[in-house]
Amino acid sequence: MSKANYYLQTPRKHEVTSFDRELVLGFLKEMVRIREFESRAEEQTLAGNVVGGIHLAIGHEAVAVGVMQALRREDYVTGPHRGHHLVLAKGSDMKNVMAELLGKATGISGGRGGSMHMADAETGLLGVNGIVGASIVIATGAAFSAKYLGQDRVAVAFFGDGGSNKGQFHESLNMASILDLPAIYVCENNEFAVETAVSYSTGVDNIAERGSSYRMPGIIVDGLDVLDVYVAAKEARQRAVQDSRPTLIEAKTYRFKGHSIGDKEDYRTKEEVQERMKSDPIFKLKHRLEEAGWLSEQQWNELKSEVDREVETAVQFALNSPLPSAATALHHVYAKEMF
Amino acid sequence: MREITFASAFAEAVHEEMDRDPTIFVLGTDIRIRGGHFGQLKDIGQTFGPKRVVDSPISEAAMVGLSLGAAMTGLRPICDLNFEDFYLGAMDEVVNQIAKVRYKFNGQFKCPLVIRASSGAARATGPQHSQMLEAWFAHVPGLIVVAPSTAEDAKGMLKTALRGEDPVIFSFHKMLGNMKGPVPDGDYTTPFGQANIVKPGTDVTIAAYSIMVPKSLQAARELEKEGISAEVVDLRTIVPLDVNTVAESVKKTKRLVIAHEAYKFGGMGAEIAAQIGEAVFDYLDAPIVRVGSKHAAIPVSPVLQEQITPGKAEVVAAVQSVMEGVVRV
Ligand SMILES: Cc1ncc(C[n+]2csc(CCOP(=O)(O)OP(=O)(O)O)c2C)c(N)n1
Ligand SMILES: [Mg+2]
Repeated sequence: MSKANYYLQTPRKHEVTSFDRELVLGFLKEMVRIREFESRAEEQTLAGNVVGGIHLAIGHEAVAVGVMQALRREDYVTGPHRGHHLVLAKGSDMKNVMAELLGKATGISGGRGGSMHMADAETGLLGVNGIVGASIVIATGAAFSAKYLGQDRVAVAFFGDGGSNKGQFHESLNMASILDLPAIYVCENNEFAVETAVSYSTGVDNIAERGSSYRMPGIIVDGLDVLDVYVAAKEARQRAVQDSRPTLIEAKTYRFKGHSIGDKEDYRTKEEVQERMKSDPIFKLKHRLEEAGWLSEQQWNELKSEVDREVETAVQFALNSPLPSAATALHHVYAKEMF
Repeated sequence: MREITFASAFAEAVHEEMDRDPTIFVLGTDIRIRGGHFGQLKDIGQTFGPKRVVDSPISEAAMVGLSLGAAMTGLRPICDLNFEDFYLGAMDEVVNQIAKVRYKFNGQFKCPLVIRASSGAARATGPQHSQMLEAWFAHVPGLIVVAPSTAEDAKGMLKTALRGEDPVIFSFHKMLGNMKGPVPDGDYTTPFGQANIVKPGTDVTIAAYSIMVPKSLQAARELEKEGISAEVVDLRTIVPLDVNTVAESVKKTKRLVIAHEAYKFGGMGAEIAAQIGEAVFDYLDAPIVRVGSKHAAIPVSPVLQEQITPGKAEVVAAVQSVMEGVVRV
């Protein structure tokens, strides 16, 4: 791929059969894992077992899976407050992710972080983040690091449409452009920041167009189509490692659930949500696989029950895990305990 | 021992450490040729080249955020923010991100980085180029905060910072930059959390840091003429804070004055006074008195600035008041 300056790419439709069958079946399973995890996380929240608020990523599955499947394990990822799908898709063990939501010692952040502060040094997840915009600067630094150390590695920042209005977004994209960093900026545009519509809050029609200010391609993908996301992310990764140039990807998706659990959703109608759920990324892919003759009902049922078992195991693990020891509350403030 | 300036000692540490450790890089504005606004890192751009001495756009949030991402992934950034006042464009990165990254992720990541900025008032530096924010940083768990006053400590403490595993806020007072002091040859480090008695005395303790150390020493010399023997303690690091050395000194002198250029209201002096009260109240023969800036922005006009920021005279007056047992505030 050539060194690319700004251009705007609109969504592309790829034939499912132009990909490896096992690969696409894997995408499907990953998306179902996230969906089921999120459903159980909601259930556990309503049951009062989750400590702190959570933001469900139902509707965002194809973005996480499409991007992560295009990455290598050693690539770095940061994400925002809505991030369970990113943590899972990057490869963390579901048991420890669920345990983190329940504030248990076996959680991936030892119960200190909860939903919005999960990280996994094993998978290159440099953290999801409670602060909108923060993921963007941190991934920029990881991309700097990869280039400095001459590693074949990229860093990906996920953030929302709301996050793209933060100064950190603009400072980072400019920095990545002038320093030629192997970074990929993935905006999950789900049309809302809490209740605020992107059409109101954002001074461009497509967030991808903001790439034009920073000499980087602005790639719009259908965030409900995992294949479109995957191809765009593969190309962006190649641009990052071969040309050391950043890419801005805008994944147009939709949040099927409230901003957080308990959101009354007065800013949109139930009908609107129902209508949009017809484009459910999981059922769309399932349908295309069936049409291609790549997925039988039996295979689907097997996939579903395998996932159900994994998620159930994770829930039981989390419920049965010990709480953090109170004596550890002051650990990890500094390298050595000081206070 | 050879005598060099505080700024040269700082730059020497950067040179030597960059020679030693290839993962150290400098990110700053106007850094590669000019060596930063004050030329504090002149020649390092020439020596180490653009890969390791990186000119940044004026993007404080991205500078500090980039430094964090780099520190989490194997590098050791020195982020030069130019003026301490410019932290305010990166406060989210400092407070919400850098300070908490080790803790919130349960020790999975460390954050070995140094942020250097020029602090304090110089001639006519005015409201937005004169601030001392160390009390803000001290209030945030996870940050190390250092404010050395001598060339020797500037070098030794930067080396400690660059060999440690925690984020370090390095307060470099503008008026210290050109001050000369003895600096040992060869490699050495200065530990964090150890105050230094820079002048022994018997009648009163003056605990100070940064620019108020040389000013307190001047005050102590003047007080000597009045027959008052002041012990001057240079705290050197704000976090970790060595209150023990101050407490031991107070046990001997029975009196304490705390001096910093940052605002007196809500400043480090309040914390130190409270800790001394908790530790050695029974030894005190007089109320603890604090010296710090009055509560206004730092005005440009030197006539007005002098009204706001403390100097030798304020330290002398504070000592006189605790000696008399009459506290004038
Ligand atoms: C700096 C900051 N401001 C405000 C918030 C509160 N907040 C949390 S999520 C959110 C909406 C973010 O919208 P978007 O970036 O589009 O992500 P989405 O929730 O849609 O996934 C807001 C305002 C925050 N966490 N951080
Ligand atoms: Mg949104």
